[in-house]
Order: sequence, then structure tokens, then C-alpha cells
Amino acid sequence: MIRDQEFLKDIASYCIENSKKLGATDVGVKVIHSVSENVSFRNKKLDESNRADSFAVNLTTYIEKKKSSINSSDLSKSNLEKLIELCIDATKITPSDENNSLPDKDLMSKEIRDLNLYDETHYPNDKKIEFLKKVEETASTNEKIVNTEAGFSENKNNFILANSNGFLGGYKTSNFSSSCVAVSRINGTMERDYEFGSTRFLEDMMEPEEIGKIAADKAIKKLGPKKIKSEKIGVIFDKRISKGILSTLASAISASAIARGTSFLKDHINSEVFPNSINIIDDPKIEKGLGSQNFDSEGVETNSLKLVENGILKNYLIDTYYGKKLNLKSNGRSGGTTNLYFENGALSFKDLLNSEKKFLYITETIGHGGNIITGDYSVGASGFMVEDGELTYPVSEITIAGNFKEIFKNITLANDLEMKYSTNAPTLLINQMTVAGK
Amino acid sequence: MSNFFKETDIDTSQAEAIVTETLKNCDDGELYLENHKSESIVLDDNKIKSSTYNSDQGYGFRAVTGEVVAYSHSNDISKESLRKSSDNLKDTLKSKKGTYNHEIPKTNSKYYENINPIESKTFASKIDLLKSVNNYLRSKGSIVNQVTANFLGEHKSIEIIRSDNQVLKDDRPLVRFNVSVVLEKDGKKETGVYGVGGRQSYDDYLKDGSWKDVCDEAFRIANVNLESKPAPAGEMKVVLGPGWPAILIHEAIGHGLEGDFNRKKTSAFHSLMGQQVASEGVTIVDDGTLHQRRGSLTIDDEGTPTENTVLIENGILKNYMQDRLNARLMGTKSTGSGRRESYKHVVLPRMRNTMMLSGKYSQNEMISSVDKGIFAVSFGGGQVDITSGKFVFNCTEAYEINNGKIGSPIKGATLIGDGPSILKEVSLVGNDMKLDPGIGTCGKAGQGVPVGVAQPSILINKMTVGGTKL
Repeated sequence: MIRDQEFLKDIASYCIENSKKLGATDVGVKVIHSVSENVSFRNKKLDESNRADSFAVNLTTYIEKKKSSINSSDLSKSNLEKLIELCIDATKITPSDENNSLPDKDLMSKEIRDLNLYDETHYPNDKKIEFLKKVEETASTNEKIVNTEAGFSENKNNFILANSNGFLGGYKTSNFSSSCVAVSRINGTMERDYEFGSTRFLEDMMEPEEIGKIAADKAIKKLGPKKIKSEKIGVIFDKRISKGILSTLASAISASAIARGTSFLKDHINSEVFPNSINIIDDPKIEKGLGSQNFDSEGVETNSLKLVENGILKNYLIDTYYGKKLNLKSNGRSGGTTNLYFENGALSFKDLLNSEKKFLYITETIGHGGNIITGDYSVGASGFMVEDGELTYPVSEITIAGNFKEIFKNITLANDLEMKYSTNAPTLLINQMTVAGK
Repeated sequence: MSNFFKETDIDTSQAEAIVTETLKNCDDGELYLENHKSESIVLDDNKIKSSTYNSDQGYGFRAVTGEVVAYSHSNDISKESLRKSSDNLKDTLKSKKGTYNHEIPKTNSKYYENINPIESKTFASKIDLLKSVNNYLRSKGSIVNQVTANFLGEHKSIEIIRSDNQVLKDDRPLVRFNVSVVLEKDGKKETGVYGVGGRQSYDDYLKDGSWKDVCDEAFRIANVNLESKPAPAGEMKVVLGPGWPAILIHEAIGHGLEGDFNRKKTSAFHSLMGQQVASEGVTIVDDGTLHQRRGSLTIDDEGTPTENTVLIENGILKNYMQDRLNARLMGTKSTGSGRRESYKHVVLPRMRNTMMLSGKYSQNEMISSVDKGIFAVSFGGGQVDITSGKFVFNCTEAYEINNGKIGSPIKGATLIGDGPSILKEVSLVGNDMKLDPGIGTCGKAGQGVPVGVAQPSILINKMTVGGTKL
């Protein structure tokens, strides 16, 4: 059972009061309880069941402009008393930083809206097992599938965020997720692919048969890949990976990267970064949204932001500390983006595939080859060749490379946006990238 | 040494009784207790950006029968919580029966001392050193745009209670010191990163001004990259430098030789035992017994003493890395490779210090044999798809080779290859094996564990370089 708000509030208040008693001038604290239950299956048999029950307290104490933090999983008051003392001692001898402070009082979230983020339904392990059996039965129908793994996890969380300026807020959230990984084989070579669903409410979960079928179909389609010649070519990003472009943008426009001067988008505010048809929105108040929140990790009110409007970069993602460095007010993005998405483009998926004679269609990238400072990008990739609008054969062991500044300016969006993750993008085309192969 | 049952309503013998009772019909399992203290102190942008102390304690209770693992963990060490976990495990395995396998080999070896690195250096002296790093690097001129430096230190005590009342304990120190510098010249910015660490105190790595060497190396890498040209694209010869580039070995074949993927037959190596998987002259081991190394362990997280496991000997595949579960199911013995990130995680077979041993060639011989290719000296990170065998890693310092001579530095590029075939493309193995500086963390199934790598210089006949220049 997930612990209630009163229990967490009591711990939060204890931390604030004791820190103040020992000399803290300001205090911020978060107390979290989470319970999760996971079941996993392999080749139609139970493989693992895992139950987790965890508490966490994150405390930051300030003495004027000095700051230090502690984290602990042990909520006993005797332990907290010791750790608070340790935290205050460390704070006293940490050098001051004029930008250290709690958020401005007038920016704090005033009311908590019910965003429909908590489903109290408990899905017992027996039900999860039934669900997974169906996932794997569908996934293993085709004889080319030689291995399947499937998992179901249920998470319930409750938290309280509080500070010594009187802010205190929190709420419950839930998450259900299910996945299937299928391995296909032909002539001694294997390929792997997957499908994954994640929802706030159990009732919104994909059907098990759908998860199994998609994973198996994708794994079979990848069999017998070719390595292609190195060339410059238009590259289409499947929806699974097109959202990565938004994650890169988010890192590059975080106030920390801007203030530290370590972003390829430094000094690009109010200038054209994308083609003028492109709009990018970060909206924390979507009902049932996987990235939804009432306030950010400092308690600052968050509202919908247009990050990019008609191709022009309009906003950074700002928290209190780096906001002060930049002389900007926090816009409630301590902790990053919320529900981040591209607005739909004009072309249908089919029209996008037909817009040139030949494309490379990428379904998976591998490696961490993005450099936020220079914008240089180079990653391993696999996918398909597209000729005359049709996926003709699978491709692997290649890399795609370019620079994000150029990549951003050469994006064309399809109109097939789905809100499946916290960051979402439609299928997108990058006019030209360098592909390295044979 | 932690006493996990102090200040709880349960003592060791009561915990042992619950373990014995819960596991009586199982093949394996244990109660794993962990106390973990860690600190992170970060200097960034001329300021102490954060100082954080973490204290975490809890248990993970595991029951294994056949291929099924039931696991329950909590940070509440109490009678009620353990009973609840016990019920949960019994419920999962209710229809299953197994035979308990008790045997865990004993060891008197120790590969690190029980010190707490967080306490062995004062907070004030850590802050002072970070400031010295900042001043030292910034004194190198206005070209220095940004300096980040941090201390990461931890002390982990573990205790494993098995069904036969066997209790195994280990205390593990671990530190890492990292420096990152951003240089700016003519509107161009580049980064250089370097770090050191292992299972000793900070001062063992930083004394006598050796912290300046860490700063100098980060500065040197960034400086090289300021002069870098776009990297070439396509297949070519690649010379890898010694030491840290061995993450190629880690990604390309290490993961594929972990027992779980081979038992499940999802590894590209699962049918290759005893076969030639690498060129003659290539020998690769995974060694948990190197003193004070980041990837070393006295006992693994199931209590098995670690060893030096030969994976590939003279090109022939000899062994997989095993934990108890996969070893039992594959009819072999644990190699002491059962590891977990924390009490919140199940045990998986993992790498420790993965090393390719020295051959007989010099690095010069390799470079002078290459007409057109690249020389890769340092890498960021890598990743592998163990099923297809495709792996990548990102160069952070690399040069062109033209007509047997090292040319201009090239921009960071991803290199991609195929695990099962790459080692057959290794044509020369160098005589200069080097260990990495002690900075690696390996990720698998969402769990990060500290690891080490080592290799000599090697020449690879053919690999795809993911640059932008055709």
C-alpha cells in the first residue's frame, strides 16, 4: 500500500523544523514513497517477479547563500536527525554562491489540479501473467521467432515537496507499462526488436496481442540486413527515434547549458533554428500525460510553453539557479521538459515516403554520438531502404552523421503525431545526412 | 563493517531462520543486505555547484527455482517487511520445487582494504582541491571557457545470508575524480575529459600534484580537438591505442559472452563455444582479482570469490562469464561474475576488468602499415546490440593516418562494427597493454556497475568510421 500524504508531510515538516533549529536559513525537501511490482516472462514461462517498496528523502539546506544536500532511503527520525546534522555541517563549510536560493515566492504553484495521473487499480500478478501469456503467444506465432521476452510493471508513487517559505504540495501518480522483445532468426543470423506501452491508467494499456504482434513483425522485417555504400542521402526517422531530436533540443536550450556557454544554441534565442513551419510545445497540464506535472522539481508553477514558434526559438528551459545567472525568471522547468512535442506537419506518412525516389528509413540508433557543445552528431543506425515510397530491404551496420544546426534546419514533419511517451514527434525527414557504410 | 540488524526488531539468527524457511524448496537464493554511503562534490562554472551525501540501506531477498527468479526488496529492515517479502517469494514459486545448492567456495584473498574514502579526506580539503583545479586550468589562458571537476566517493558494505546460515561479507571502497574542460578558440568550442579512480582513497590517485596530470590530460584532449577536421565516412583500417579503447572489447564481445544471453541463446556467440572467434594471438580475459581496480571484487554479489576468467585464448572461445543461476542451468560453475547495482536489483552475470593481453607488435609498426585509415586514442562510450552483434563506440580523440603517417586530428565520430567478426579482423596485437584510468561504468538492464578494461594497441583491418566527409 502506498503511504498517504499525511505520513510524507510529517517527515517533510520534521526535516524543515530540525534543519532550521540547527541554523539553516532556508530548506527544501522532497519525500517520496513508491511501490512497484514487475513480472517478466520468457519463452512463455514465468522468468522473474520483482516487488519493490522504497522510500526516499532529498533534503537541501541553505545558510544564506551556502548550500548542501543529503539523500537517504531511511526515514527513521534517528537517522534523519544524524543526516540533517551532517548536511548542516557541510553547508557551513561550502563556499557561498550568490545564485543559491529557493524559488521566488510569487512563482510557486498555488493550487494542485487533478490531472488524472493516478489510477488506484491494482493489477494482481496473476492478471499480469495472463496478460504476458497473450503477449508471448501472439509474438511467437511465426516460426522465425526463436525467443520472446515480455514484461509488465505497475508503479505507484506518492510524494511531498516542501520548503521553508511555506510551500507544501504533492500528489499520487501511477504508471503501468508492458513490453515485448522478440528475437528472429534466419540462416544463423538473428535480429531483435520490441514494442512497448506505458500509461497512467490500466484501462489505456495496449492490447497484449497488439504488443506481441508488433514486436514480432518488426523483428522479422529486420532479418537479412545489408550494409549499404557510403553516401549523402535523405534520412527518415521513425517515430520511435524522431523524438530524440526533441531531447537534443531540450538539452541544448536548458538554462544550464546556455548559462555555462556549452550549447550549440547559445545566442540563438529569437532566431530561426527550424524551418518556419515548425512549432514545438512543452505542455505540463495534459490529462493522463506521462510527463504531466502541477509544478516543477522546485515547486514552481509550470504552464504550457511554446519553445519554438514558426521555426523561431522562443524560450529556454529555466530553473531558479541558472535563471538567476541569466537574469531570467524560472519558467518551471527545473527537472527538464514535461510533455514535449512537435505540432503535426503537413504531409501524410505516405506522402513523406514518396517525396523523393530514394530514402534511408531509420528505426533504431545506437550509441551516444550527440555533442551538445558543437552540435556534431554521429551514431550507429539500422532500418530500411525506401525506394519509390516502399520499404525495400533492411539495412544495418551503418552510421549517420551531421551537425544538429543543419539537421534542425532541414526537417520536414509528417502528420502522424501520437502521444505515446512524454516526448513525442511525428515521423520526420532530414533532407540530407552522411551515411557511412561500405 | 555494518551491523544491519542494530536498531531493528530482528536479529541475525531470526533473519537466518526466515531465509532457511523461505528457501527450503528452492534451487537457490539469498538475503542480500547493503549499506551504501556516497558523496558527490561538483565544481562548475567557478563555483561549488553541489555537495551531496547519500545514505541508503536495504535488503533484496531472492528465491530461485528452475529458471524462475522471485525478488523482493525494501529499505525497511524489519521482521514484518522480511515476512512480507518471504510471503511474496513463496507465492511466486508456489507450484515449483527445487534442490538447494549450498556450496560457495571460500576465499582468504582480499583485493582492496576496508577504508571509507569519504571520511579519509576532509570535506574542506576536497573543496580546496576542486578550487585548485579550477585555478590551475584557468591559468592556462583565456582560451579556457569552462571547467568542471568532481569527486565521487562511496563505501558499500554488503552481507549475504544463505539458507545454510552461511554469512558472507564484503566492504568496498570506490572513488573517482573527474575533470572536464571546454576550450574556445576562433569561435570554435571543444571539450576534453579525463578522470582517475579505483578502490583506494582519493589521495592515492591525487597525491604529489598528480591531480595536475589529470587536468593537463583533459586540457590536451580539448586542445587537440580544437584543431580537428571533419572525420571521414566509410570502411577503413583502424589503429586503436592502448588502455581505455578496450571498451571495444567490452562492447564487441564482452557482453556477448555473458552467461544469461548464451543460456537464452540471444547472443550472437551462443553457438560458438570452442570455435575460432578471433585471430590467432588474441587472448581476452575478465579478471576480478586485480588489486584496487575499479572492476575488482573480493567476492561477487552472490558471495562467490572472483577469479581471472579466460574468455578467448589464442582466438578460441573458452568460457562465458557466469553467475550462479546461469551456471547451474548451463551445467557449469559460477565464475564470480554475479553482480548487481544495489539491493534494489537482481543479480546478472557481468564483466569486471575485461582485458586483451599483449602481443608482439609495436604501435609504430601498425601505423606505418596503414595507407589510409584512422588512429583512435580515446573514446567516450559505447553500446552493443548483443543479438545482431552490432556495436558502436564514439571517438573523443582520433587522427587520420595517411601513407603510414599520423595526420590531422579528426572530429568525434562513431565507429560501428560486428562483434563476432571484428576480432577476426584484428591483424596485429601490440606489445603495450595498458589498463584504463579507472573510470568505466557498464550499463545492462538498467543497472550500472563499475568496470575496468585494458588492451594493447591493435590494428583492425576494416571498420566503418561514421564521419561526415565522403
